[in-house]
Amino acid sequence: MEQDTQAIVLEAEAEAQTAADSRALYEVKMKFLGRTGKVTALLKGMRDVAAELRPAFGKKVNELRETLESKFAALEEKMKKKEMAAKLSGEQVDITMPGRRRKQGTLHPVTRVRNELIDIFAGMGFEIYEGPEIESDYYNFTALNTPADHPARDMQDTFYLGDGLLLRTQTSAGQIRVMENKQPPIKILSPGRVFRSDDDATHSPMFHQMEGLVVDKHITLCDLQGMLDEFARTMFSQNSKTRLRPSYFPFTEPSVEVDVSCASCGGKGCPLCKGTGWIEVLGAGMVNRRVLENCGIDPDEYTGFAFGMGIERIAMLKYGINNIKLLTENDVRFLEQFKD
Amino acid sequence: MLVPFSWLKDYVEIDVSAEELQSKLFSCGFEVEELTRLGKDVTNVVVGLITETKKHPDADRLTVCTVDCGEHGVKQICTAATNVFVGAKVPCALDGATVLHEGGIQKIKSGKLRGELSEGMFCSGEELGINDDFYEGAEVYGILILGDEAKIGEDIRPVVGIDDYLFDIAVTANRPDCQSIFGIAREVAAVLKKPLKQPDVSYAPVQTDVVIPVRVHEKNLCPRYIGHYVKDVKIGKAPQWMRRRLALCGIRSISDIVDITNFVLLELGQPMHAFDRNFLRGGEVNVRRAEEGEKIVTLDKKEFMLHKDNLLICDGEGGVALAGIMGGLDSEIKENTKEVFFEAAKFARDSVRKTSRALGQRSDSSSRFEKGLDAFTPEFAMDRALHLTQMLGCGVPTTYRADVNAADMTPKTIVTTPEKINSLLGITVPTEEIKAILTRLFFTVKEKDGTLEVTVPLWRDDVDGYPDLAEEVIRMYGYEHIAPTFLECAKVTHGGLDEEQKRELKVKRTLQSEGFMEACNYSFYSPKDFDLLRLPADAPERKAIRILNPIGEDLSVMRTILVPTMIANVVRNVRRGNESGKLFELANVYIAESLPLKELPKEQKHIVLGMWGKGDFFDLKGALCALEEAFDCKFTYERGEKTYLHTGVSAVIKCGEREVGWVGELHPEIADTLALEKKVYLAEIDYDMAKRKFAKEITYRNLPKFPEAERDLAVVVEEKVTCAEIETCILRAVKAVKRAELFDVYRGKQLGENKKSMAFRLTFACDEKAEKPLSPEDIDKLFNKIVGNLKHNLGAELR
Repeated sequence: MEQDTQAIVLEAEAEAQTAADSRALYEVKMKFLGRTGKVTALLKGMRDVAAELRPAFGKKVNELRETLESKFAALEEKMKKKEMAAKLSGEQVDITMPGRRRKQGTLHPVTRVRNELIDIFAGMGFEIYEGPEIESDYYNFTALNTPADHPARDMQDTFYLGDGLLLRTQTSAGQIRVMENKQPPIKILSPGRVFRSDDDATHSPMFHQMEGLVVDKHITLCDLQGMLDEFARTMFSQNSKTRLRPSYFPFTEPSVEVDVSCASCGGKGCPLCKGTGWIEVLGAGMVNRRVLENCGIDPDEYTGFAFGMGIERIAMLKYGINNIKLLTENDVRFLEQFKD
Repeated sequence: MLVPFSWLKDYVEIDVSAEELQSKLFSCGFEVEELTRLGKDVTNVVVGLITETKKHPDADRLTVCTVDCGEHGVKQICTAATNVFVGAKVPCALDGATVLHEGGIQKIKSGKLRGELSEGMFCSGEELGINDDFYEGAEVYGILILGDEAKIGEDIRPVVGIDDYLFDIAVTANRPDCQSIFGIAREVAAVLKKPLKQPDVSYAPVQTDVVIPVRVHEKNLCPRYIGHYVKDVKIGKAPQWMRRRLALCGIRSISDIVDITNFVLLELGQPMHAFDRNFLRGGEVNVRRAEEGEKIVTLDKKEFMLHKDNLLICDGEGGVALAGIMGGLDSEIKENTKEVFFEAAKFARDSVRKTSRALGQRSDSSSRFEKGLDAFTPEFAMDRALHLTQMLGCGVPTTYRADVNAADMTPKTIVTTPEKINSLLGITVPTEEIKAILTRLFFTVKEKDGTLEVTVPLWRDDVDGYPDLAEEVIRMYGYEHIAPTFLECAKVTHGGLDEEQKRELKVKRTLQSEGFMEACNYSFYSPKDFDLLRLPADAPERKAIRILNPIGEDLSVMRTILVPTMIANVVRNVRRGNESGKLFELANVYIAESLPLKELPKEQKHIVLGMWGKGDFFDLKGALCALEEAFDCKFTYERGEKTYLHTGVSAVIKCGEREVGWVGELHPEIADTLALEKKVYLAEIDYDMAKRKFAKEITYRNLPKFPEAERDLAVVVEEKVTCAEIETCILRAVKAVKRAELFDVYRGKQLGENKKSMAFRLTFACDEKAEKPLSPEDIDKLFNKIVGNLKHNLGAELR
């Protein structure tokens, strides 16, 4: 009996050695420990063993089973490791090969800046209003305190369509449409296409503006600068500052030109800011009393400010685009640079 | 506007540098666009006295001169000029000097000319950058011979009047009063807190019996007209100082009388005109509208045909000047003019502007009138012109003056409080400071019980309320005093995009994720673009709104359809070697109710897609599917007949019953004309139309109670049977089929001529109320029903 179990162990070990993979090893294991295996057979043979020897025999067989089980377990563990190692090395890829993906499109730089501006001002409570691109003379000029004989009309070369209609030259036209229909508090942002009959290296006959308007009680010039400071910090850099200087627009009084400290040199002076440290970014001012009156808002009760900027200009500053024409050429090599 | 530094100093004692003045002007609202240091390119050139001349031993054409340059020493200079002589004072460019030469800068070096030492060069007027108006004799051929008053050794620049700065100042449209040297001087005096010296306007008129009646027939177009009679005129040259000043501002001297009018124009901003009285037929002046077809020849010998919108200055018979623009040729000042009638008037700005634009005739005069001049200055200017006439001795001012004045000359008064002014600014400017600033700007301020009664100077038509005063105060007080605040008193408002605006952004985002790049195009194009699309003459797209004053025919009509600009974008990209690409644009088209335009047109948003180089019809259609999915709507495709699309590879898109757009391949003939070798796929959707069918909100649908089951179905059909027909047939046959998706198309000999096999994956799901899932047997039954219907309706055979 002792020899028998010893022989079975040796036999099992020898056969297990020949097993090439875990499947074969399993088969060997079953051959000894399975339902029809040799060890099982020994147990079944207990019947033929004399009763007094049975406990000893049973013990022996059980020991044998435990021995084999642990041996197989060890072998299986080893085999699995080997196989996993082979699998991993077999499945190795050249990780420097390019990733596979579907090419994303892009949003136009004007849209990107527009979205960014909207985000900034929406957070300050501005609603977005888009007025018509074809406007009447009244909304584009007259209601904005620019009557027909006003020299300021020359500041903007207008495309006329006849019968008092024109392509709006400024998004300010939308101001009036909002104020006519809404009482203060008003905080609106009016982005959109505007048109001027101007076509040269630095002017485009169509471009985008973003107009902002705030009307409420006790609005001051200090509030205008406070808001524009906030805008400059978010849009350009945390260290950006603004500077107001006197200017003229018919629909604001006082009117200011707003410069932002040059983000490229930090205000020390560089080619971008032509050595001044400042970059002209937008026009603004306190809403002219006549404009409020034209819209049925009492200028003695309410004051307000308005500001307007060219989106292309901001985009060009932000992305370092040096030619406005690139923005309407739609060359895919240009557009694809504005990835998200 | 050009302002010489030296001229400003006539009125204000300026103790700051030109650069400092530039920044002061900037801070109070006058941007100096360019500050030019005159004579900066003429350096190391001094006055020299020629003490000896001799022939050059080796060159016939050269003269060797000995020149006394005072403190700079005695120099020997060789010259080819023939107008030099002993005793002449000349400009000498010394060793290392720079002078102007043929548009550039020339550096002068000491050296030998054919063996003789030459320690510099004599200069002509041209080399100093001057003409006769700066220095008489500057235009002679040869060296500039200086007058005796020039001091030997002195820098040449002050001698010839180029030791100066020129400010080119941008004047905003609200400040026509600053379109003059004196106007700017007023601001300079205020910003430097210096007194302002007034120009001398005194003169001693002599009695006259002459009467030159002035009748103004259009008082609204000519609110004020002053004419003054000057006799005993002797036409000559204006003195150098006056000519120099005109020259600094870019005006050529003509004759003393004419120069006086130009001088006053520059000095006070008031355009003036001088008529030769003897050429005023009937000895009278009438200011009236031109008659239709009336003609006038202006000073520059151009003839104009006029109409009734043009204001004309007439004598007893006809036009003698285009009001505010230019005088007539006949009555101009001639060499032998003996009597002059000066004109200083205010003409309405829009009248001058319109006439000037309509006739294409501009002048220094019209550009000032267009900005709107006040009614006060004509009188000031007339007095000044008479003073100068007397001073120059070129004529004798008489007592005869016609002054037809319909303008309101009462000064405006604004009653306000310092609090009101400060409430707009948001800071507290001390009342004394407010008063001081306004006073420096020539406002009269009376304070009483905390109220300010402010009288506005007559030349400040732009000021009419307290906000204007606030602006005057802050631009002088300094914008740096504004302390940023953040709407401390305003009510909180809710901001952000509305649903509609968010949806547009979603369209862009969806197409972006489909690989499309957003394009941006002008809103106008050429009417020829409609021809390119081969649109019939009566196509609605051709009813485009025309711009009356387009930049060119190429950009003359408003877009009614976006695809022409997309085609242009593709063509441009292909020509630039961009092999493939996908573009989209979301923009308005403009649809007029009727033409010519009478009311605001409809602005409708369209989406246009363009794709070239890679992909086919179905790739583009895929992008449209993405839109369908994004907005939970259903597009259906039917064959369409667009003149610009491939008849076999194009479709009209419907959303519900409405046609909302089209998709297809650009017609190969059009592609040929455009030399496009690759196929171009295009689509355009009327977004505003399509969006009516968009789902507004997401509505949750219950999950199926039992798992769905899938079956594949392949049928052989005639070529002409479409995918959509099969799909519809399947879905109609069995309600439990939720989706029927084509996954394979096969054509092969064994199927037979004109046949194809189409394989669909069917998804079955049972009714929501069902108690148990569909069994395989149930599905078999449904499947057979589908096969039966397909066979019956479309002649399809199960493969």
